Amino acid sequence: MDQGHSQEFIQHLINGISLGSIYALIALGYTMVYGILQLINFAHSEVYMVGAFAAFYVGKALGLADHPGVLALLVLIFSAVVVCSLLGITIERLAYRPLRKAPKLNILITAIGVSLLLQYSGQIIFGADPKLFPEVIKDSPLFSIGTVEVRSLDLTILIVSTLVMAGLHFLVHYTKIGTAMRAVSSNANVANLMGINVDRIITYTFVIGSSLAGVASVLVGLKYPKIDPLMGMLFGIKAFVAAVLGGIGSLPGAMLGGVILGLCEEMVVGYLSSTYRDALAFGILILILLLRPAGLLGTVTREKV
Amino acid sequence: MSKILTVDDLQVKYGGILALKGISFEVNKGEIVSLIGANGAGKTTTLRAISGLVPFTGRIQLLQGETEWLDLSTVAKHDIVRKGLAHSPEGRGIFPNLTVYENLFLGAFARNDKPEIAKDLEHCFELFPRLKERIKQKAGTLSGGEQQMVAISRALMAKPKVLLLDEPSLGLAPLIVAQIFEIIKKVNSEGMTVLLVEQNARMALKISHRAYCVETGKITLSGKGIDLLKDSRIVDSYLGGH
Repeated sequence: MDQGHSQEFIQHLINGISLGSIYALIALGYTMVYGILQLINFAHSEVYMVGAFAAFYVGKALGLADHPGVLALLVLIFSAVVVCSLLGITIERLAYRPLRKAPKLNILITAIGVSLLLQYSGQIIFGADPKLFPEVIKDSPLFSIGTVEVRSLDLTILIVSTLVMAGLHFLVHYTKIGTAMRAVSSNANVANLMGINVDRIITYTFVIGSSLAGVASVLVGLKYPKIDPLMGMLFGIKAFVAAVLGGIGSLPGAMLGGVILGLCEEMVVGYLSSTYRDALAFGILILILLLRPAGLLGTVTREKV
Repeated sequence: MSKILTVDDLQVKYGGILALKGISFEVNKGEIVSLIGANGAGKTTTLRAISGLVPFTGRIQLLQGETEWLDLSTVAKHDIVRKGLAHSPEGRGIFPNLTVYENLFLGAFARNDKPEIAKDLEHCFELFPRLKERIKQKAGTLSGGEQQMVAISRALMAKPKVLLLDEPSLGLAPLIVAQIFEIIKKVNSEGMTVLLVEQNARMALKISHRAYCVETGKITLSGKGIDLLKDSRIVDSYLGGH
């Protein structure tokens, strides 16, 4: 391979990982809720959409587009996280909790209903026309290695998502609440016997999953600055594919699935045609369901006697 | 002897079927009390009712302090352990993807006395040295006997007033069963009150102060463990006759 080609490849690699880490953030939300409730929370993509609008309105009110920088970024992330958490809790309380003992299919259909409700309420409240997300991180080449440019936006996305995922890993594995979450995911009935309030853990799960979607919404807003009330649909489903690819219910799986999907998309766009971009995600979904339904890191659980 | 747990006219319905038809018994401080009986008699259901995992009618009371009785129907299922009952469920119910340490740590989830928790953890390792070797291993990778040790230790980590053990011999080799029952005896000799549910009637009766025989949702017999071991009705039905 000559140098030009390999440098082009590295450029795609950087772009792909940055896109993939955003997918990973959203995929984590799907996978966490699934791990606890065995529910595909289809409303998750709309939580993410609302997060983008929350950040947009806060950014507009404070005029953050005129004061770009890390502080402005943190303000946007904070507002998206708060609004997403509240929305996540509300959805769980009003739509899912009353159906806790109902058949799984009922909750699944409810999730789709909530998703549609939010999409169309979004069109009424925010308006159907796209809004321009405040550009709080100016995208400029930071440094280059050969002809490979490392741009400030990609680096920001990578740093933020890596920090958030590291924080999540710590929370889930090294805190009392995280251990309790894993216990509930493993066996909710027995978790009760330990004195774990399962409903409370479910609420925490929605808070954390929705917060991750909030962070992702700001990163997406920076990368693709046109936001609209239907933005969650395609991006959300792709993140869901990432979660299934990695093995739904598995946190490392969601991260891996997100990065793989981002890389594949970027490579397809770079070397084939951007026409195939969206077809790819669903192609992957079909393949993984056919070949390895438990996903890359998902495990088929066996019981030992 | 002073009572610590009383069950009075306990009834549980599954669908339209009455699984428990009015069970009454009591557990005294410092005793090992067994519920023995065949598969499906209602032993596990009794424990599940006590722990609040199934709705019931009747009265289950647990002593708090010296004289105050607490009606367990008023306690949320995730608070039962805070009132002094720790339940090691049927089939062990360990968390397979969590390490042995995490399983034991969750046993003490309701407690806040860190130094005491560390001491109790050490005590569990004295009882089951094998667990100390496996502390970082995922509990699901352990053998059945070791998993049962995790389940019992996890319940002990709650530092309960009464330890509820559901079928600790289930699916284990006789040698391991003997070991487990030795430990139950030992824990009891250290002052722990134990309510034991067992199909292995012989093992259970040998270590029990008192026992109740449950048949199709009712208690049909009760008495001292050593007496029941010789009782012809028990011998014929549960100990394989002569």
